[in-house]
Amino acid sequence: MSPKTLYDKIWDAHLAHEAEDGTCLLYIDRHLVHEVTSPQAFEGLRMAGRTVHAPDKTIAVPDHNVPTTLDRAKGGMNEESRIQVEALDKNAKDFGIHYYPVSDVRQGIVHIVGPEQGWTLPGMTVVCGDSHTATHGAFGSLAHGIGTSEVEHVLATQTLIQKKSKNMKVEITGKLKPGVTAKDITMSVIGETGTAGGTGYVIEYCGEAIRDLSMEGRMTVCNMAIEGGARAGLIAPDEKTFEYCKGRPHAPKGAQWEAALAYWKTLFTDEGAHFDKVVTLKGEDIAPSVTWGTSPEDVLPITAKVPSPSDFKGGKVEAVQRSLDYMGLTPGTPLSEIEIDTVFIGSCTNGRIEDLRAAAAILKGKKIKEGMRAMVVPGSGLVRAQAEEEGLADIFKEAGFEWRLAGCSMCLAMNPDQLAEGERCASTSNRNFEGRQGYKGRTHLVSPGMAAAAAISGKLTDVREIM
Amino acid sequence: MDKFETLTGIAAPMPLVNIDTDMIIPKQFLKTIKRSGLGANLFDEMRFDRQGNEIPDFVLNKPQYRDAEILVAGDNFGCGSSREHAPWAIKDFGIRCVIAPSYADIFYNNCFKNGILPIVLPQEQVDVLMKDAEKGANARMTIDLDAQTVTTSDGEVFSFEVDSFKKHCLMNGLDDIGLTLEKVDSVKAFEAKASAERPWV
Repeated sequence: MSPKTLYDKIWDAHLAHEAEDGTCLLYIDRHLVHEVTSPQAFEGLRMAGRTVHAPDKTIAVPDHNVPTTLDRAKGGMNEESRIQVEALDKNAKDFGIHYYPVSDVRQGIVHIVGPEQGWTLPGMTVVCGDSHTATHGAFGSLAHGIGTSEVEHVLATQTLIQKKSKNMKVEITGKLKPGVTAKDITMSVIGETGTAGGTGYVIEYCGEAIRDLSMEGRMTVCNMAIEGGARAGLIAPDEKTFEYCKGRPHAPKGAQWEAALAYWKTLFTDEGAHFDKVVTLKGEDIAPSVTWGTSPEDVLPITAKVPSPSDFKGGKVEAVQRSLDYMGLTPGTPLSEIEIDTVFIGSCTNGRIEDLRAAAAILKGKKIKEGMRAMVVPGSGLVRAQAEEEGLADIFKEAGFEWRLAGCSMCLAMNPDQLAEGERCASTSNRNFEGRQGYKGRTHLVSPGMAAAAAISGKLTDVREIM
Repeated sequence: MDKFETLTGIAAPMPLVNIDTDMIIPKQFLKTIKRSGLGANLFDEMRFDRQGNEIPDFVLNKPQYRDAEILVAGDNFGCGSSREHAPWAIKDFGIRCVIAPSYADIFYNNCFKNGILPIVLPQEQVDVLMKDAEKGANARMTIDLDAQTVTTSDGEVFSFEVDSFKKHCLMNGLDDIGLTLEKVDSVKAFEAKASAERPWV
């Protein structure tokens, strides 16, 4: 048998049907659902008189719209948001799927709740009507975002019509330097390949620097695979993965755990397997990074300067000019001189416990700059509880951060957490698009440590100067 | 789903790379529980000012492009969020075909589910079509899905590739779910085998 990549193995294990023209039906092990991209899908089922094929494999949680202020139990959602969340409440009940309502302590961002509850396990296929589903690839599961029509298709059939993607290997060799994190790895890879560099591929991340990451860090890396255009990002499972999964509410137990473990240990790319594209970065070359423009590929080390449109070619020249106008930046300005109004720590990219620990380590005993608006939005109710138990919440509050409830919050600003026009934010989220965090808001993507450093100094700051 | 066979119409030029789905339909319009009505807010933040007035420079506000049915755009169109509200808004506005050198994967798939044809052509050919689109309302392009061709207003013809299954579904307005449900026996057989091999899933 010819050697297979990890992607090949998971693909083969989930192929339910293959037509003569190569169109495949891929079986889906876990379908995650949130309130924004699902109402039309459930409505479609109702209108066609269809049911959910595998309600036991379908898990829903509201996250995009929910307020994160402490008084949210009293309401606080606008009419449209309330209708959307109530629609999910009703759909979950009517169709008998697993559900974590807003009032449940386990509620949070769908991509944080899935792994936390043990729904996401190695070797699975995982989909969700959300592009950041790539997050779950950290477990060696094939995970990607789908549109609402596909959500309806998966609900009705538990399969997805697919053609196989190509294989791409991204290897990060060696060790990271102090102050450099998973976020810097994933942003640097996009800086190298561009936002369309991964289009048509499933990426497998490997190499010593990836192996050295915790599960939280691996989730951060895979989360932004989509920003590089890839269908999914994968990391082969290892002892860290198994340790993370063990004992989770929906992870297998007893004899089933042993059987699962034996299977999971076969999930790696065989020696000599073919990759259609290979990208290699040296871990020691990666620096704390920050975006300066309005595309995630507009990324540079914090020690660099704002580039000029003339540094680029083709269609990018005009795009860079547009970005600089939007961002209110002048070419040649050192990135570390850019003043910040707001700091947002949270999102499915960086809203896990390790992210909060990294930010708190920088903030301990310090205060944020006067006039700075700063908030921490934990990725789930359980992350929040753990951070409180570890004393992190007190560090944030004493530094001057708002300590919020779980949700997507200012990552996409569908709830009231938004930037005002012209407001400039250091954000641990994943997209710096125009208007993403609020109309005419300006976003600089950074790691949690860099976000904390910016909150203290009031400008984009090299975290290594504060450590 | 609406069928797509041929289309002759006005093409609007948007020579910008990385047009993301947040630009196509900003998040405040994702709170709907319907598929319809989003065309009014297509490209909302580029098309209207804060008071809701049209920004005259934006291509779809120009008199010659208000009835555009084709969009010619730069690389990596539809990147970012998976929101199917993006193709819903495009379709609701009246655009039925997008032409670009490349698309983000999820957006590309979403188009086919909504009767929109996303055509991929090399940059040089998109450049020719962009120039053709810039001529305005009198210069109409023709798309023929069966023949897989785009014809400029000057009669220049470009051929494009499209997946045969996607083409078949689009030309016949077929519902994917109905087609898959015809294969329910294969799915059930797969489930029986998979649950024996991986009972923990």
